[in-house]
Amino acid sequence: MKKETKKDKKLRLATIWLDGCSGCHMSFLDIDERLLLLADKVDVVFSPLVDVKEFPEDVDITLVEGALGSEEDLHKLMKIRSRTKTLVAFGDCAITANIPSMRNPFGTEEVLNYVYLQMGADNPQIPTQGVPPLMKRALPLHNYVKVDVFIPGCPPSADTIFFALSELIEGRTPDLSTLTRFGA
Amino acid sequence: MTQKIMIEQVTRIEGHAKVSIILNDDGGVQDAQVHVTQVRGFEKFVQGRPFYEMPSLTARTCGICPVSHLIASSKACDQILAVRVPPTAIALRRIINLGQIIQSHALNFFYLSSPDLLLGMDGDPVKRNMFGMLDKHPQIVRDGVRLRQFGQQVIERLANKRIHPAWIVPGGVASPLEAATRDQILSEIPEVLTIINRTLDWYKKSLNNYQEYIRTFANFPSLFMGLVTKEGRLEHYHGNLRVITARGSMLADQLAPDEYESFIGEAVEPYTYLKSPYYKPLGYTDGMYRVGPLARLNVASECGTPQADQELAEFHCLDKGAVLSSFHYHYARLIEILYGIERIQQLLNEPDILSENVRAHASVNNYEGIGVSEAPRGTLFHHYKVNEDGIIQSANLIIASGNNNLAMNKGVLQAARYYVHPDKLTEGMLNRVEAVIRAFDPCLACSTHADGHMALQVELFAPDGSLLDSLNRE
Repeated sequence: MKKETKKDKKLRLATIWLDGCSGCHMSFLDIDERLLLLADKVDVVFSPLVDVKEFPEDVDITLVEGALGSEEDLHKLMKIRSRTKTLVAFGDCAITANIPSMRNPFGTEEVLNYVYLQMGADNPQIPTQGVPPLMKRALPLHNYVKVDVFIPGCPPSADTIFFALSELIEGRTPDLSTLTRFGA
Repeated sequence: MTQKIMIEQVTRIEGHAKVSIILNDDGGVQDAQVHVTQVRGFEKFVQGRPFYEMPSLTARTCGICPVSHLIASSKACDQILAVRVPPTAIALRRIINLGQIIQSHALNFFYLSSPDLLLGMDGDPVKRNMFGMLDKHPQIVRDGVRLRQFGQQVIERLANKRIHPAWIVPGGVASPLEAATRDQILSEIPEVLTIINRTLDWYKKSLNNYQEYIRTFANFPSLFMGLVTKEGRLEHYHGNLRVITARGSMLADQLAPDEYESFIGEAVEPYTYLKSPYYKPLGYTDGMYRVGPLARLNVASECGTPQADQELAEFHCLDKGAVLSSFHYHYARLIEILYGIERIQQLLNEPDILSENVRAHASVNNYEGIGVSEAPRGTLFHHYKVNEDGIIQSANLIIASGNNNLAMNKGVLQAARYYVHPDKLTEGMLNRVEAVIRAFDPCLACSTHADGHMALQVELFAPDGSLLDSLNRE
């Protein structure tokens, strides 16, 4: 029986979205039948697509979509960083805070006041029970942790994502300079 | 005090939505709450932006159904321009909207829900996902990938980009349809029709296995709302709203979507960032209604395409009045996929579909615009007010998933009362509560114009607010 070498061992891939729109994850699914190829090379150990609830230890690659919008996001990111070898800022929100950061010029408090108190809904109140407080500003990942790879795009195309993952799986740093850009 | 405990728990959970189950003094389930835990504040930060940015900006509400937001937003902007959108542009918008519905329904049914149906609610949580289905059900996985791909390709072929395309614009669409593109899509229709019919076949045969879920997954009386044509047919783009009762009788018909404020109210609850819309004439919370595929098939008298009409007739026989179980959202999604494919074929065969007149140009002629359409998950409302320069003064969005908020909470309570045995939580119990929410298919990103994906932490609280038990899957 063939001994399992390091090369044969499947890499452990995780994906998560923080304050984003899930578009980057949808673009990941847009690799379509190549998902089946990917499933041969990696184990998806944590993702919105699978039922594992606790972010596991010893993850090789984590794709993080979305900005940091709430304190909960920040807690998650810290845990992910400590448990991940290669952390990928996945898409424009993770890299620049993009859409979530559009609230920053107004300030979080003003946004919440407007949406929940001033728009004319019944029972006007700002939800606080069982929901995490928002951060004062939505910020990109690298404000708080070291990011190993950046994949820009809103969202990055499926081909870009597949190329980047293939390179990372082979242990190389993907050169994305001609494949994608901010807002792509 | 509940709140404090839950926030402390947040550090070791994953997921943007949570469920609290509150016990009564006898140890039974008293209440359940779904917490949607993020908000981005689109309605505030779009103030001061030019209206023509709105389609692209609000598309970013959601990466799963960006086309739905592009459609509703562009329709609101059409009213601000006060133009007549060329008929070919409307047909093309209809096609791309249906492509969106097909891919989104395929995502829910195959990628998110079928692991429960095929591997079992008590299946190994590590394998209970689409990758885990590859061993036993590779063909079903491939079918799901192909159906979602077809929907996404319709979008890509028309709009050059699958997610957040910039092609749907105020006044129409940015470019006409090429003959080669039309022929390419048409050539793939037989293949995807075969797939969806194959899926409906096995799903209908397996319905008997799901009787308990049908009985307990948000199966209760409520109103149902959706767009219909003047003749009462299924409609996803224009049309007027119809509201029916649980018995299936007409409560209101041909309500003008532009007047939504007169019949839809919104309320805020302290435990979720997601607002709770309700049907105003019946008040809060008696005005609870459901939207989305189940509601659309309940309110529509027919689909208007041959195969889907046969399926709809069977579907209507599931209950005496309206079909009440939210488990049947799954079935309804499959019928809508079938309808979407048939309808795309009809629209692509229309004689003027290649017309180059696809966009009307104008500047600001109205200071207010309301765009309403059916997104995969239900009726979507975009409402803007602008000044004379077209700068947004205010915006209100009622998101499809939000319409179901009251019913989804009630459904979770129903399932919790049935499946939760408070002396000890099990993983399978947790998964059943989650599966109710999956049946509603709340948008993984849209809710409260934020993301709230549905990896859930379930916690049990005693009446004094103390945490009794929680369940993590390790």
